[in-house]
Amino acid sequence: MARISFTANLARHVDVSTIDIAGQTLKDILDQLYSIHPQLKPYIVDEQGNLRKHIMLAIDQELVQGDVAPYLMRTEVNRLHIMQALSGG
Amino acid sequence: MSTVFVCTRKGLFVFEQLEHGLKSHSQHFLGDPVTSACVDASGCWYVALNLGHFGPKMHKSEDQGKSWREIGCPALPKKPADSSDTSEWQIKQVWILEPVPESPGYLLAGTNPGALFVSRDGAQSWQLSESLWYSPQREKWFGGGFDDSGLHSIAINPDDHQHWTIAVSVGGVWHTYDAGDTWILKCSGMNAAYMPDDMADSEELQDPHRLIAAPSDFKRMWVQHHCGIFVSDDAGKHWRECLHEQKSSFGFAVAVHPTQMDTAWFIPAIKDESRYPENGQLKVLKTTDGGQSFQVLTQGLPQEACYDLVYRHALTVDNQGHSLTFGSTTGNLWHSMDCGAQWQTVSNHLPPIYAVRWFAQDLNWRI
Repeated sequence: MARISFTANLARHVDVSTIDIAGQTLKDILDQLYSIHPQLKPYIVDEQGNLRKHIMLAIDQELVQGDVAPYLMRTEVNRLHIMQALSGG
Repeated sequence: MSTVFVCTRKGLFVFEQLEHGLKSHSQHFLGDPVTSACVDASGCWYVALNLGHFGPKMHKSEDQGKSWREIGCPALPKKPADSSDTSEWQIKQVWILEPVPESPGYLLAGTNPGALFVSRDGAQSWQLSESLWYSPQREKWFGGGFDDSGLHSIAINPDDHQHWTIAVSVGGVWHTYDAGDTWILKCSGMNAAYMPDDMADSEELQDPHRLIAAPSDFKRMWVQHHCGIFVSDDAGKHWRECLHEQKSSFGFAVAVHPTQMDTAWFIPAIKDESRYPENGQLKVLKTTDGGQSFQVLTQGLPQEACYDLVYRHALTVDNQGHSLTFGSTTGNLWHSMDCGAQWQTVSNHLPPIYAVRWFAQDLNWRI
């Protein structure tokens, strides 16, 4: 079971809040998340499937930017925080 | 009454155009960059946002902005692994939305990187014009002001809705006669002075900053080009330069009179990295003779210490040719009710202005 949380700024645009999702892999978890919130995917990845330039994932203790593909088959994901680059100084 | 959209770095600002000038009506998407907005033939409003972290998004309102819902946004296909194209296949922003006349829900969108998208279902879905995107000539396009090329102008022939002319920075002027199934690059007569002499007349290397077709005659087109003002009498295939005081005029925006095709307005700036009004004096150039001569209009505009730049979509004219509105990067908004002879300051406090657009719709609600 993974607990998914979001940068507060995302909630300005998509009605999301912290959610628990069971999945074998990170891909399973993200697929379920996008199924629950169909609008969410283009906010996180671009049309090539890469994380948007200013989006970062905290997968447990690891920070991921750009190409998320190498992480999709990861198992035992407990925490996924979808965060953004900080604006301003 | 009619309505003016002001698209800014921090939201969409809607103004009513009344007999005595513009009056603020409502604000939408405060805090979010709005890159383009339009009204389709059914009266629905559409806006394109460019969210810094989350990419481009689009919203639609069927009740003049009282409520909005997110709709489809143009997206590029998956880039083939063996593609020789060095550009990113990622839509950075929707730069221009253009409704097809008399066709509810039928919209065209131009983007950065330069691509054209078509929607026939009120922007629930968008179809890429693949023949343009996959044209070998597109790989010669390059960015002008942005990292990528951009498609910023779409002219739709009012007598033949399959006939579109588009302009690309930097990529020239392209024409389709079958609603985007096939395209022809044609813009001879333009001059890319930023290129070596032996490449200056290359059509795909031209940087038309803004193209507008005269509403009264689609064959007459005006372009504010990176290297000057150009006019065409054959729907954009051949162009001739219009000099002001024997010089080329740099700028971005164009407005064309709705019934007098020889009358057009431009807002000059120092070229091309500097991009502010010459001598700090803001002026509007107006021609009434097809570009043979220009009047310099300054009444009501700041004539000292002014560093406002007017972007390519930030000048508009109403359907009478009397009222003009333009906004600047410094968040100033000006309005004229006498064809540009006198200008009134509407606001000095708006966010940086990307686009200003007039449309003939009375607002039917008040806050």
